[in-house]
Amino acid sequence: MLRTDALTRLQSTGQYALELEAVSRHFGALVALADINLTVKAGERRAVLGSNGAGKTTLFNAITGDFPPTTGRVRLFGEDVTDLSIHERIRRGLRRTYQISLLFDGLSVVDNVYLACRGASRGRLSLRRPKPDDAMTHAAETLLDAVHLGAERESLVSELSHGQQRQLEIALALAGAPRFILFDEPAAGLSPTERSELIEILQSLPTHIGFIIIEHDMDVALRVAESVTMMHNGRIFKEGNPEEIENDPEVQELYLGGGHA
Amino acid sequence: MADLSLIAGKSRLPNIHPAALVAAVFLLFYPAFASNFFIFQVGAYTLVLGTIALSLMMLAGYGGMVSLSQLTVAGLAGYLMAILGENSVGVMGLGWPWWLTALTAILAASVFSALIGAISVRTEGIYTIMITLAIAVAFFYFVRQNYVIFNGFTGYAGVEPPVLFGIYWRDPTPFYYLSLAVAAFFFFAVLYGARSTFGLSLQAIRDNPRRMRAIGYDVTLHRIFAYWLAGLIAGTAGVLMVWFNGRISPGSVGVDIVIDILVIAVVGGMRHPIGPFIGALAFVLLENFAIDLIDRERFNTVIGLAFLLVVLFSPDGLLGLWMRIKNALKLKRRTLPESGGGQ
Repeated sequence: MLRTDALTRLQSTGQYALELEAVSRHFGALVALADINLTVKAGERRAVLGSNGAGKTTLFNAITGDFPPTTGRVRLFGEDVTDLSIHERIRRGLRRTYQISLLFDGLSVVDNVYLACRGASRGRLSLRRPKPDDAMTHAAETLLDAVHLGAERESLVSELSHGQQRQLEIALALAGAPRFILFDEPAAGLSPTERSELIEILQSLPTHIGFIIIEHDMDVALRVAESVTMMHNGRIFKEGNPEEIENDPEVQELYLGGGHA
Repeated sequence: MADLSLIAGKSRLPNIHPAALVAAVFLLFYPAFASNFFIFQVGAYTLVLGTIALSLMMLAGYGGMVSLSQLTVAGLAGYLMAILGENSVGVMGLGWPWWLTALTAILAASVFSALIGAISVRTEGIYTIMITLAIAVAFFYFVRQNYVIFNGFTGYAGVEPPVLFGIYWRDPTPFYYLSLAVAAFFFFAVLYGARSTFGLSLQAIRDNPRRMRAIGYDVTLHRIFAYWLAGLIAGTAGVLMVWFNGRISPGSVGVDIVIDILVIAVVGGMRHPIGPFIGALAFVLLENFAIDLIDRERFNTVIGLAFLLVVLFSPDGLLGLWMRIKNALKLKRRTLPESGGGQ
């Protein structure tokens, strides 16, 4: 409750959930990100669009610290996190999903989510087994139901279908009171039914949770996002609301194809 | 068999397998019918080697970290028993009481293990093996060349367990039960710990360290903590090892035995803490009886061939072989009655 109040205050003072200041990322001679300046307000839902190789996933990696930026600063809720390790950023409320599911194949579904819930709290090094009435176990169960995986709680991750693995990927990002989430193509490879379930999950997230979503499926991206950032060749190419972006002639030329009406 | 499973199923501990009950009863009453040779050289030695290999199984099976310095950790504990306690060589031997010596030796070994972890956890796979092997080799040469503390090539002799409650603990039966108690304690601790929060997180780190960081875990810290715990196991087994041999020298921590520990863990199977003990039993039996099958000079060939066969036909060791046979039998039993159709 306190957390929500604090966030409401942050939103009202206009503080940003995420601020990128002149962020660049080089891989040898390749410039994957060039001078990115980006701000996302607390609670804002933003879609990042762009063709393959535009630098969208590299942008996520720079934010989480998977591949720290070569130059520039990253601020999370006003705090400079550029020099912090990945897990320290996560403990400050940042979460992410991966384009290709990164799960714990040898563990059960519920253990995957339990660990994600525990990751953002105390007792990570506990040598005791979690009790059935443990708060984190409860949180994991609730989360599994929310992503429609309740029936699979004891299954091994390696036994899940692709769609179910994508849902679990999202559950891991939602665990442990997230404040800001980076979704990397969550709809990739999903069936139409699973897609609408995904949209429903994203739309029903508490309003204080902001996110950035990378999505090639425009239908998904534009239905869940209130603002759009277009990337091209490692740079921000255009920003605006979904209608503006959709109707922008340059965007249509570059991304949606010249013939798009 | 069916009756036994029924009893096990009705008890308060429904997960106890009838085979485990039989094994427990056998281990408890083993000295009642076995000769001193079988109690000490086979029984106790299997338990000591199995416990050292258990520390490797915990790191490798649950944590994905194949460390070749677990025997080195055990060896340091063994050396400290001789250095801080009593020995018959006339070098060092500070004469500390046995319990203080043992406690210090185990704790020092665990810290040493954590340090090895701190050095090696930033590497993965073959590089972890190389670094930990290098540490093991360095330790071997260090103790061989250092005469002031480790008494060089000769090492130490006359390192004995205490006489406690009127029992001389190096006698076969008391030493067997001491080894059994230590082995059982760590076996159940690892079995329990595998489902603890830390145990689950260790297995998750094995599966996907990158994702573990992305849900808030300090992967490096967790890995070092695992090395520290494994050091407690290996260190305790090291105390038993020096009591078992009565002596310790560079040969006790040589590369050949370092590899033996790896062979024991791999042959037994790394998926369950019972694996290292099965591997140790196979190893000890072969080591003792291969000579009966072939010339003394060639008995290592028999051991090598036996292990090659196991690894070739069952990459997850004897334990994996047993699981496959069990699953095949279960499948057969299930398909037979249903072959007429239905379900």
